[in-house]
Amino acid sequence: MTESPAIEVHDLSKRFRVFRERPTSLKQRLLTSRSRAEDLWALHEVTVDIAHGSTFGLIGHNGSGKTTLLKCIAGILRPTSGSVTQRGRLAALLELGAGFHPELTGRENVYLNASFLGLSRRQTDAAYEDIVAFAEIEDFMDSQVKFYSSGMLVRLGFAVAVHVDPEVLLVDEVLAVGDEAYQAKCIDRIRTFQREGRTIVLVTHALDTVIEICDRAMMLHHGRVHTVGQPRDVVREMRYVLLGQVDEGFVPEEGTREAEIAEVQIVRADGRADGPVRRNESLTIVVDVRANQPVDDLDADFQILDGATNYPVLDARTSTAGIPIDRFEGKKRVRFRVPSFPYDPGRYWVTIGLSSRRTGALYHVQTQRYQFEVIDAPRIQERVEVPVQIEIEDL
Amino acid sequence: MAATVRTVERTSEPPRLRVGRRARVLLAHREILLNLVRKELKVKYTASVLGAVWSLLNPLVYLAVFTFVAKVLGAGIPDFPVYLLSGLLAWNLFSSSLTSGAQSVLDNSNLVKKVAFPHEILPLASVGVALVDFVLQSAVLLVYILAFYGLHWPELALWPLAFVALLVLSVALALWLAAMNVRYRDVGHLLNIGLVVWFWATPIVYASYQAKHLAESGEWFGISRFAFFLLNPMTGVVEGFHRALYAVVHPPGQPSPVLFDVSLAWVAGLLALVLVASLVGLRLAWGYFFNRSGDFAEEL
Repeated sequence: MTESPAIEVHDLSKRFRVFRERPTSLKQRLLTSRSRAEDLWALHEVTVDIAHGSTFGLIGHNGSGKTTLLKCIAGILRPTSGSVTQRGRLAALLELGAGFHPELTGRENVYLNASFLGLSRRQTDAAYEDIVAFAEIEDFMDSQVKFYSSGMLVRLGFAVAVHVDPEVLLVDEVLAVGDEAYQAKCIDRIRTFQREGRTIVLVTHALDTVIEICDRAMMLHHGRVHTVGQPRDVVREMRYVLLGQVDEGFVPEEGTREAEIAEVQIVRADGRADGPVRRNESLTIVVDVRANQPVDDLDADFQILDGATNYPVLDARTSTAGIPIDRFEGKKRVRFRVPSFPYDPGRYWVTIGLSSRRTGALYHVQTQRYQFEVIDAPRIQERVEVPVQIEIEDL
Repeated sequence: MAATVRTVERTSEPPRLRVGRRARVLLAHREILLNLVRKELKVKYTASVLGAVWSLLNPLVYLAVFTFVAKVLGAGIPDFPVYLLSGLLAWNLFSSSLTSGAQSVLDNSNLVKKVAFPHEILPLASVGVALVDFVLQSAVLLVYILAFYGLHWPELALWPLAFVALLVLSVALALWLAAMNVRYRDVGHLLNIGLVVWFWATPIVYASYQAKHLAESGEWFGISRFAFFLLNPMTGVVEGFHRALYAVVHPPGQPSPVLFDVSLAWVAGLLALVLVASLVGLRLAWGYFFNRSGDFAEEL
């Protein structure tokens, strides 16, 4: 197969002209010598390569330019400057059921929609049974779709979409619709596409999905590339931004590095270092410290912040706890044991800090570098005695 | 499957229209075109009991009404229904291609904004729908002609030429209007008025000879006014259909001819001229449409 990337975006900028009063008629055009337009740069010098056969996640908050970038790659929008080079047959799923017409039957709409996604009539014929089975609406294929529920429409649109046969697939937020079972089906399908060696570009707000299925990810922020790299890192960056943490002075990692944080593990009650944490179960934050030169006044601390509010809920420090760390060089392990984590289900950030007991100087701080999720422990309803009163009345 | 990988490069420069390559792209997407035409026809006739019969009823009613009315009015055109319909059907194809073609991109803005496909397909589908109606109605006319009028042989050979010229002209204008209409929404309104004037400037309801005769009696800038009359490409097209189907230039017993009193070769030459001009127009309109189509998604 080809070695060159499936998609090369080079220095891509896209400007939208936002007209206050847009000359949409000849009269206006003649009367106003100059249209009052404001420029809005939806994309600004974006450069990225997307490798053949990889799955690339595109994240960013609303209005960050994700969809614009996708549309430029698909050829729906023309770049203002820069270029997009794209290799291989492409299908863009920007909307489910594109071209669906309410007066047509489900069957007719399948064929119409499929042709827009680049399937020939014969290919659609071949996939038709599959599509119907996937959508789970066999009995309604010959009724007009105006009688469909919105759920049925989405299922039908998606069923057609997943039967496309492109080398490069662009997906925009399509996964965000539907219930959990449906989303699981979507992820499943994406995995199949991955196994088949297709290149996938995924725009989504579901950050966990990005970590789960993407090989690489990029975060756009106000039309510029904010971060590109491992999905985990990019998503972490995205979470900072989502939580309003990208202040001027925000530094995710700082310090003089006389002592360094070598590794951090958040160990659950069952001894594992990943997966959700059950509420009211124990939690151990294990910090491996490496002193690059002899350090005799090390102070280690951690802080747990509520992911929803960014408010600190729990912290501890070796010095205040009265546990001295003697002079050492090389590695040491610090365990912060939380016997029971009582806070609500949700996401939590962990900040780890190493500093000097004497001067307070920072050796190494990782701000909100780690995270975990708390879930409610499943509860089995137990039988208890509940008195039942019985009354009988004559009528 | 060929092992070559299709590479597309998109830049800010609008790509140059290479007719051959673009035509192949359109051919590859013919499925969309066929489906859109099918959709339009379906939508037009669903929930109506008679369905496509409505489309046939239209010329039938014309034939019936004008058989009667022409007799009452004693218009100077014998077999008026044949004369009228041979031109009117061509006009209907032309005007509905233009009217719905001009709206095609606007009406499908959702598709244009969300799906990557060659946008030419939208006005082409409008022409396609008009073409289906034209074919059905022509079949009705043909039956009528066979039953009550008779085909005229050498003249009928003009029909394919007139048909191709009509089609090329319709496609060219539909493309141009569709692209124009995205930027200037008054194209649609202007078109409706323009078509009324255009209809009466074209010899459809009146005998073409009368127009020719009137026009030849004067001149502008030293050029016969008839030449200006022929600047309307639809005059040539409609006269082609007249000559092919109505065929009789000077019906016996009439004081003056009905059609242009020129030779068959003359009409063929006129049609060829219209065709060439339409092809040039098509190339220009297509170039304009192609150039503008990259910005459609943004402007809608």
